[in-house]
Amino acid sequence: MPKYEWPEKSKRAVLGRRISKSDSPDKVSGRAKYASDVKRPGQLYAKFLRCPHAHAKVVSIDVSAAERMPGVKAVKICEKKGPGSEILWALDEVVGVVAVDERTAEDALQKIVVKYEKLPHLVNEQDLAGAGDRAKPAAEQVTGDPDKAFQEAEVVIEGDYGIPVITHCCLESHGQVVEWEGDNLTVYPSTQNVSGLVGQFAQPLKIPASNVKIRMDHVGGGFGSKFSPDSWGVESAHLSKQAGGKPVKTFLERDAELFVAGVRPSHFARIKLGAKKDGTVTAWEHHSWSTGGPTGGGMAPLPYVLSVPNSRKKHTAVATNTGPQRAWRAPNHPQACWLTFAALDDMAAKLNMDSLDFYLKNIQLAGERADLYRRELLKAAELIEWKKKWHPRGDPAPGHLKRGLGLGFHTWGGRGHASEARLTINPDGSVSVDIGTQDLGVGTRTVIAMVAAETLGLPVSAIKVNIGRAPDYPVSGGSGGSTTVGGVSAATRRAGQNALEELFAKVAPALSAQPSELEAVGGKVQMRDNPAKNLPWRQATARLGVTPLVVSGKNAAAASAADGKLTDQGVGGVQMADVTVDIETGIVKMNKFVAVQDCGLIINEKTAESQVLGSMIMGVCYSLFEERVMDEVTGRPLNANMEFYKLAGIGDIGDFVVHMWKDDPEQDARGVIGLGEPPVIAPGAAIGNAVANAIGVRVPQAPFTPARVLAALEKKGGLSS
Amino acid sequence: MNAFEYAAPTTKEQAVGLLADRWGDAEVLAGGTDLLSLMKDYLPTPKRVVNIKDIKELQGIKYSSATGLRLGALATIEELLSNAAVKKEYPALAQAAEGVSSPQIRNAGTIGGDLCQRPRCWYFRSGLGYFPKDDGGKDLIPTGQNEYHAILGNSGPAYFVHPSSLAPALIALDAKARIFGSAGWREVRVEEFFVTPNNDGDRETVLKSNEILGEIILPPAKGIRSATYEVRQKEALDWPLAAAAVALKMSGNTVQSARVVLGHVAPVPWRSQAAEQALGGKAIDENTASEAGSAAVNGARPLSKNGYKVQLARVAAKRALLQAAQGGA
Repeated sequence: MPKYEWPEKSKRAVLGRRISKSDSPDKVSGRAKYASDVKRPGQLYAKFLRCPHAHAKVVSIDVSAAERMPGVKAVKICEKKGPGSEILWALDEVVGVVAVDERTAEDALQKIVVKYEKLPHLVNEQDLAGAGDRAKPAAEQVTGDPDKAFQEAEVVIEGDYGIPVITHCCLESHGQVVEWEGDNLTVYPSTQNVSGLVGQFAQPLKIPASNVKIRMDHVGGGFGSKFSPDSWGVESAHLSKQAGGKPVKTFLERDAELFVAGVRPSHFARIKLGAKKDGTVTAWEHHSWSTGGPTGGGMAPLPYVLSVPNSRKKHTAVATNTGPQRAWRAPNHPQACWLTFAALDDMAAKLNMDSLDFYLKNIQLAGERADLYRRELLKAAELIEWKKKWHPRGDPAPGHLKRGLGLGFHTWGGRGHASEARLTINPDGSVSVDIGTQDLGVGTRTVIAMVAAETLGLPVSAIKVNIGRAPDYPVSGGSGGSTTVGGVSAATRRAGQNALEELFAKVAPALSAQPSELEAVGGKVQMRDNPAKNLPWRQATARLGVTPLVVSGKNAAAASAADGKLTDQGVGGVQMADVTVDIETGIVKMNKFVAVQDCGLIINEKTAESQVLGSMIMGVCYSLFEERVMDEVTGRPLNANMEFYKLAGIGDIGDFVVHMWKDDPEQDARGVIGLGEPPVIAPGAAIGNAVANAIGVRVPQAPFTPARVLAALEKKGGLSS
Repeated sequence: MNAFEYAAPTTKEQAVGLLADRWGDAEVLAGGTDLLSLMKDYLPTPKRVVNIKDIKELQGIKYSSATGLRLGALATIEELLSNAAVKKEYPALAQAAEGVSSPQIRNAGTIGGDLCQRPRCWYFRSGLGYFPKDDGGKDLIPTGQNEYHAILGNSGPAYFVHPSSLAPALIALDAKARIFGSAGWREVRVEEFFVTPNNDGDRETVLKSNEILGEIILPPAKGIRSATYEVRQKEALDWPLAAAAVALKMSGNTVQSARVVLGHVAPVPWRSQAAEQALGGKAIDENTASEAGSAAVNGARPLSKNGYKVQLARVAAKRALLQAAQGGA
């Protein structure tokens, strides 16, 4: 068995290079086909009637007029939504209609009469006192002796902080095309979980998993919200069957996409901190609360990154009549990061300390990665010119434009998930890699090709990568938790090394060498100690005769000693923001945003940087603009659209600087670690703290809108003209 | 969207003949940037859509120093932006057009459509009604999610803000709207074109259901300094939180007469005579502009969550005045 490891840095031909995504030309030109572009022969369209009320009992449903409409092919009351059922959030689907086109299906929905009995609802949780019996407190957690630590603390601060529910806002909404052939189902989904969908469709439809095929080439955003078929996917399969097995296309309307297909839980907290006069943090106490819909919301990892020796933690989940939560890029970490670093930054301000010095003073609380954070803090500070530009709270410059700096740091896991790669070397020298994974637009295809190319000593263009089919290709995990790059790269590396072992056995006699003396480099199979003795790749593969070499490689989800160092988990990362706030209007503008990010061995520096840039854009969005707005009285959503659910445009994001931590041999030696999540965690903290530094007062709740900035300034009674 | 009859007349007379005697039966289509999204949400469900884009007479922009500026209702926002005379003579109007921050909307959207678009109120657009009420008949907005709603002219039942980008500038520049109906042309000042609705079937302008807005006429702007300032949270695709357009007739360095109009603060574009009077005979500087800004929001009565808009409107007026004083014709 080969020793599975990455080549030494000096010997890498492909790994670490900047290579554009292989599917970018297809996407830019429009040749790339997403599931929402799929049009099957005879395709029908499904639409769902949605409950307008936040909490209601279904009294009766009359679908007869819709059924009679010309062009309508099937009408079905959704599972568990019949008369007598309880609806727990507005826009939940009640009845599905399939018709010859979208307009007919929509018009048919208008003809369905559902009578509801409205029930009491709660949609907003910021005011915990108003939550009544919807608030479910969890047991208090105590570490050390917080009471004593607060008594002994020389400085104590207390503050309220919060961040609201936001939504995933996938540009390609959730949905799929389903198509029956007898009892066999083919699904063209928009998913983060190609292999996993097979069983998830089979089980509720009561068909063997072996009857399900999944087909997907591209997906237009998931961010953690696209792992399952969803109720509407299963309903669509039922509706398709009812319509005679014809293909049925279902993609959510924008309102359901935003408010039903995935939201990130809110987090609010009253936080108390104790410290010594020299800045050493000694005591932490918080009472947090959150909602992620009908089941409430769990406690974010507070305090974040830094372990305060004495702490008391209390959390209350608040059940609301709102669309249920889904994993949103680094679940609960962005909330924890913002709450923690806002409170710490307020402590630094109270101590009259430069917050960079304050964090460096407390860096040992970061545990095993303390020294890495220290070095990353210093690098980020250099890139944003912290020491030159930082000032105590409240920019002393005259005029209405105030500039400030802020920072935050983060952590994440990122070990590769279970994944299997099947690598084929054909006698003509061509190579393909099959993996039942998906490329969320982040470069997974490209990374697989790079790893295979590196391993086989071939150019990247020589590798054909096949993904997005199940069960045709070997099973690979869902793309969540930043696990994909580690999983597919380790599996591909193993498959490649396994394949070479077999190929070398066939080629060795022709070179009068032992298989163990061979290597594949620069398009040749050659003797490691005597490269002059070689066969060009195609001559080497011709030794396979007429039978292609098909070899697998597997990565296991859990690490074991025999695994080598192909993938690992645990990263840090530091972000610093430079903002300008107009104190007359409360408008915050990004000047510069610096991210310093470690992630082990970097396969493709360009796509790695893109992950960070995308995260920073999302971070600016949720820091300055994003917020779900519900009407308290009616329980109805008000901004379930792209007009008032605000996202940044190119003019709103400022200058981004990404520094990948790639020159550190210690980090490189750890192998590949996922990057999808970590860089999206700290923007709220960095930007929120920069706003406080600029205007001299904390804006306690994100997003930092003109209304909130002006309210904070008014409370302070200061700078506003 | 319900099925509808589609008509594409080529003359204004045909168009008017195709419209209905009451609102809702027929709708006028021009750029379509507002009407189509409303129809997709089943807000209006017209039996007939009358596309007026092919009426040549209502197209184009014409300027003469003697008679002023004539804007066809069908001229696009982009045509307005790229017109050199507009930029030079009517900067308030050009700056207002710049505030329409989506190239797609600038290319498709028309001047008439900007003035006739329906409120962006998220209660209205979410299907909760033109004057949304709770089960007990009480207005929802005054104590609801009113962060983008009116701070002036908001005694109810209308609490929305008029969304027009161009109206404040047109009113500041003393424009007239020419309306065509079965009885021929009639003319109103743009200031009087907008009305606050009181009943569910009402609309936000003086247009009758069988009339069309044909053209806008601006007097020559010689000696007028004008500017528009919008407070927008985002650079991209966003509505102003508050806006102000001003036109100043100067005598040397002092203001002879002024027109100050706020946008996005009331169900109609809001002309402030208090601000105008505060400026008379004064030179524009930070202090006088500030005082006029404060006068502009006289009588503001914020709802539960939109108090910040008073400050934004005040600043918009101040900055528009400073901008006009520095530039303009």
